[in-house]
Amino acid sequence: MANMILLGTRKGAIIFDRIFNQVNSSWRPRPIAHAGIPVCYAARDPRDGTLWASLDHGHWGPKLSRSRDGGVTWTDISSLKYPEGARYIVKYLPTPDFNPDSPTAVTEYADASVLKIWNIAFGNANQPNKLYAGTVPGGLFVSNDNGDSWELNRPLWNHESRGGDLFAGDATSENQWNGTPASVDYGVFEPGIHSIIVNPTNPDHLYVAVSTAGIIETTDGGQSWKARNKGMLMDYLPNPESEWGHDPHFVSMCAEQPEHLWQQNHCGVFYSDNGAQQWKKVSMPDVGVNFGFPIVADAKDGRTAWVVPARADSERMAIDGSLFVARTTDGGQEWQIFRNGLPQENAYDIVLRHALDASGDYLCFGSTTGNVYFSDDRGETWQCLANHLPPIYSVRFG
Amino acid sequence: MPNVEMTQHLYRFFPQLKNQEVAVPAGSVAEALLAINEIAPGFTDYVLDDKGALRRHVNVSINDKMIIDKVKLSDRIPEEATVYIFQALSGG
Repeated sequence: MANMILLGTRKGAIIFDRIFNQVNSSWRPRPIAHAGIPVCYAARDPRDGTLWASLDHGHWGPKLSRSRDGGVTWTDISSLKYPEGARYIVKYLPTPDFNPDSPTAVTEYADASVLKIWNIAFGNANQPNKLYAGTVPGGLFVSNDNGDSWELNRPLWNHESRGGDLFAGDATSENQWNGTPASVDYGVFEPGIHSIIVNPTNPDHLYVAVSTAGIIETTDGGQSWKARNKGMLMDYLPNPESEWGHDPHFVSMCAEQPEHLWQQNHCGVFYSDNGAQQWKKVSMPDVGVNFGFPIVADAKDGRTAWVVPARADSERMAIDGSLFVARTTDGGQEWQIFRNGLPQENAYDIVLRHALDASGDYLCFGSTTGNVYFSDDRGETWQCLANHLPPIYSVRFG
Repeated sequence: MPNVEMTQHLYRFFPQLKNQEVAVPAGSVAEALLAINEIAPGFTDYVLDDKGALRRHVNVSINDKMIIDKVKLSDRIPEEATVYIFQALSGG
């Protein structure tokens, strides 16, 4: 069982330690780290215990921060940068000189700069120094030296779905990364990679989820990538079954049955039992399971997953002022609703995409209203670990 | 030599600059920032973006004049000037 919970919050990283006594254990928060600095993601590398935090400095640029002493001291790392010549297509976004009276059809480009380091993922046990980072505006970065240096994965950046190799020249294909954009603070809207999944049994097999495009898979260690959105339904597209243009909010894989994948999407909950070759919508709006941001698959049973639903995209708040967690154990055919220990009136909490996690029988989630809830019985009953925290962006067991 | 004054926010990340009189050779703003980076490695990563341009929410002035070239940082710093590095007001 996990002995640490890491929170990324708008005002820093908060670590809860599991404290043991003679009868049972409890969770105790430490003083905040990176005080005052937004931390959009924090996690512990299970391979060597290194702690990682992604800092969203308002003025000084996104940075990674690393702690090799369990969170006592942290060192910022500034080496994650887009290489010279990295560009992306922005033709669907209004540029400062955009004139609505004479809209141009000419492709417009922007030089890439790291706007947000949205997610950090760890290579599997056979790749001790391998790390991945997903960024806004949509670059996947790879480190082979435990974060000292980073390299942009060019096959994904240069993918035909983004216009091809823009290092070499102008676009050679249509940009498809243009669904619902990811919002970064300060009103910047760009595509972003928020989910990176490494197959525990095959280090060359990864999925990434892009907030404006969908799921993309590589089976050759990132040399080539293919869309994996068959069966997805995007309600807001003229063709809901389009190959691209989907809006996954988060994707989670069953560690011991990696062909089982779960996706909380803008347009519902989706499940695949064949490695994302085919997705199936398993929402159940009648019981409140449809819209939301986070999802987590059980590590052992691929048919089991949890979500913390919200009302709808137009009403991003808890349903009817009450908070609940939903669990399925049969691949989404049925959903059980659990409310015990969660507020059932005047609650407006939203749980963001990285703010729900599971570890064995433990589950934990944190909300934008600064509440943290913990369950030690697979989500059936809950206890509150904290109130009044800053808005919570991520929750990860360590 | 020109002096450099900076927002105390940056001392949090570069405590070696606190309570120091930072002097840089007269030259371009880019050269001045590199000189500070020699004293405080990583400094330029905080004030410049991936492409080496001034970050959107950072300002640099030479005496009381904002620099003009925020991309290549070519503005010249006179011998007796003071360079100010501070956060831009971003609203809110």
